[in-house]
Amino acid sequence: MLAYLIRRLFAAAVMLVVIIVVVFGIFFLVPKWAGVDVATSFVGKQADPAAVEAVAQKLKLDEPIIVQVWEFFKGLFVGRTYAGGGDVTQCSAPCFGYSFRSEQAIWPVLTDRFPVTLALALGAAVLWLIFGVAAGVLSALKRGSIWDRGAMVVALGGVSLPIYFTGLLSLAIFSYGLGWIDAQYVPLEDSFTGWLGGMILPWITLAFLYAAMYARITRATMLEILGEDYIRTARAKGLKEQTVIGKHAMRSTMTPILTMLGMDLGALIGGAILTETTFSLPGLGQAVLQAIKNQDLPIILGVTLITSLAVLLANLLVDVLYAVIDPRVRLA
Amino acid sequence: MTTQRTSGRRKQAMAAAAVVAALLTTAACGGGGNDNEGSKDGAAGFNAANNKVAQASLAKKGGTLKFAGAQDADSWDTTRGYYGFMWNFARYYSRQLVTNKTEPGAAGAEITPDLATSTAKISPDGKTYTYTLRDGITWEDGKPITSKDIKYGIERVWAQDVLSGGPVYLKDMLDPKGEYQGPYKDKSADKLGLKAIETPDDKTIVFKLPQANSDFEEVLALVSASPVRQDKDTKSKYGLRPFSSGPYKFESYDPGKSLTLVRNTEWKQDSDPVRKAYPDKITVNFFTNANDLDQRLIKGDFHLDINQTGMSPQGRTAALKQHKGNLDNPVSGYIRYAVFPQSVKPFDNIECRKAVIYGADHVSLQTARGGPVAGGDIGTNMLPPSVPGAEGQKYDPYELAGADKNGNVAKAKEALKACGQPNGFKTTIAVRNNKPAEVATAESLQASLKKVGITADIEQYDGSQTTGIIGSPANVKKKGFGIIIMGWGPDFPTVQGFGLPLWDSKYILDSGNSNYALINDKAIDGLFDSYVKELDDAKKTQIATDINHKVMEGGYYLPFVFEKFINWRSSDLANVYTTDGYSGMYDFINLGLKSPK
Repeated sequence: MLAYLIRRLFAAAVMLVVIIVVVFGIFFLVPKWAGVDVATSFVGKQADPAAVEAVAQKLKLDEPIIVQVWEFFKGLFVGRTYAGGGDVTQCSAPCFGYSFRSEQAIWPVLTDRFPVTLALALGAAVLWLIFGVAAGVLSALKRGSIWDRGAMVVALGGVSLPIYFTGLLSLAIFSYGLGWIDAQYVPLEDSFTGWLGGMILPWITLAFLYAAMYARITRATMLEILGEDYIRTARAKGLKEQTVIGKHAMRSTMTPILTMLGMDLGALIGGAILTETTFSLPGLGQAVLQAIKNQDLPIILGVTLITSLAVLLANLLVDVLYAVIDPRVRLA
Repeated sequence: MTTQRTSGRRKQAMAAAAVVAALLTTAACGGGGNDNEGSKDGAAGFNAANNKVAQASLAKKGGTLKFAGAQDADSWDTTRGYYGFMWNFARYYSRQLVTNKTEPGAAGAEITPDLATSTAKISPDGKTYTYTLRDGITWEDGKPITSKDIKYGIERVWAQDVLSGGPVYLKDMLDPKGEYQGPYKDKSADKLGLKAIETPDDKTIVFKLPQANSDFEEVLALVSASPVRQDKDTKSKYGLRPFSSGPYKFESYDPGKSLTLVRNTEWKQDSDPVRKAYPDKITVNFFTNANDLDQRLIKGDFHLDINQTGMSPQGRTAALKQHKGNLDNPVSGYIRYAVFPQSVKPFDNIECRKAVIYGADHVSLQTARGGPVAGGDIGTNMLPPSVPGAEGQKYDPYELAGADKNGNVAKAKEALKACGQPNGFKTTIAVRNNKPAEVATAESLQASLKKVGITADIEQYDGSQTTGIIGSPANVKKKGFGIIIMGWGPDFPTVQGFGLPLWDSKYILDSGNSNYALINDKAIDGLFDSYVKELDDAKKTQIATDINHKVMEGGYYLPFVFEKFINWRSSDLANVYTTDGYSGMYDFINLGLKSPK
């Protein structure tokens, strides 16, 4: 188990390095090849040559990419110093750098925005698991019924409709139209009810999409499992239907569900960009979108790193949980 | 090379957006009335604050003035900010020697004393400007604002290696040779080594210009000339918490999320003839969903949009239908246009440039910008109506808003013959990919040019890289960008503040170039030289008109619109008016609330 974990963690670390190198490449090398002067773009309307030179120096644009990546890594573990034009800033570890636009340190930005995204992802996950799995199980058990057909039509709608549509629609109806919910984000520390009001529509919107997918997967898996020999055996033994479904069938159904959940949660923690943009939630997704617009590489890198870490950790967790849910899975 | 295609997926998205827009429009119909002339809910009426003061007497002290915006400032550091709304808003926490008058319309672009007791005493040769500071002017910690603080604040403009982003007019006018290295590299003990500014005592400041520049006081009215106290200068981090010299100070700032200003209790009303400081508190919340922002303005959650660049199409539709009395439709001061770089053939030939000007359908271009209300009047020349010397649509040398407003194919073909391209030619239109209206104008131009035999491909480039892509003449030539779609507004409302970087040959730069057409006309350069030396306002106005005529005669530009916006004004806002001093925005500094809460 320990060797397995070490192997997985090592692979994750290698993957993170690759991701950072690729992102650096995309943002610094590709424009260079396209003949775009990145430093000038950062400086703005009246690009003073001194400013362009200082930005190039600060960004180390004239250094080889490997040096830039190395500086970044060093900053993560031991911090780094930014110097230029008589302005010296010490960035302590973990140093993800400074925003090129606001001059804010990136690490506090990430830690400030992470809870919003986490709350969004977890809240939505709870909803989509409850409703998605329940709808899937019921559909499978009542196959061909009106319930089954109705649930699958709704699920099809959920899968087909993009978040920016359902999000805006829910805002138009419940917030602007009926006025039932004030969908403006309020920090939890300011007001619990305000926070709940701000989160409920994003949760429902996100959960609607995912619940639909989970319902369809649950239904398909459950139908397949209900036809397995061991289910027939369990029934033949005279076990209660509740036990057959709840204890035997559900356990097998949960394996693919858990795999999906791990990946989805990981990806969402990296930034539910559309949902956060639609509802103006100040999470990582919103931060990365603004950073992309502003070509603010340190923020993009920071969020990308957090996303990658979240996906890798979530997958690791899922692999470990497999053993708990499915005894056939052995780690050795 | 990217050309526009409408994929099935995109069609789906557009259909979805249309349905949502319709629903939002319906959902927003919650109240108000068709109130052209005021309404029951207290709205002052359509255009009630456009170049005139609405509800002036109703402003009361107190309450929280709530701004919302889709875009945070580039920086709140007075030296680094370049966004127009930032300059407008910065007057809450910064003061200058002189500033724009707090009056509506054209009067708002005139200069009035702020920290100084009067406007400058100017020497007869126009090279020396002397100011005396008022009594009772203080920083937020109660210490007096001195002439040295003003000098230090101005010196920061020289530190472009640390404080990039803001305007550098002061540097160009006071130290054109670039001899001073900025306060952070200043070897003198007090870091006040800039020779062009003298501070004989704490109350006097003298500017000595190497060459006269009659717009110098306009430049001193920009927020980049604000005082900064040396012991409070956090250099590149200053924009996160500027130290206040105005009636409000920063309480909190979370970039991209929110900003809160509270009263600066050390500021004294009797030391400030400009600011009324009605509200107790000013908040700004940033939204990523522009439509959500508009709906919240309509709902009353916020008083106005800090960005002042017009409502989103959905918000605008809803507001025009149900809340017209809360809207103003000012001219923004911006001109939206296409420009022809002469380095890209065949645009080195004036007749080929004219062929594009004649061939374009100007009504269609106006529609692409949003139509006459949300887009603006058809642009007929290159001087914004708010700039002295402008003639608006009266000067229309190519009849863009007249007989040829739908394009003139015959004239275009004639011009093509004259330029040696009787069968037309191929070119590329470069347009920013993050400006939907600009992309729409590129498509409109592409369609109308096709009728005269000019085939234009559209290349959408990364809008966040604008300066690096079209600001490099070498790159423009290499890519073959024969037509560039752009927009420009005045930094200060004079021909120099608008046109100098666009039209003077001095401003043809290898990088960060704004003279996209690469105009190298001695007559235009000479007119600018005369303008900056001229102290007589009437003569300056005439020179501005002449420069505009020269630019139009060269056929370097195809103006689309004299831009207009639709901006929201809460019914609770009082003492509200648009000002030419800030490109048709509401003058933030003296906004008040009717029912403070």
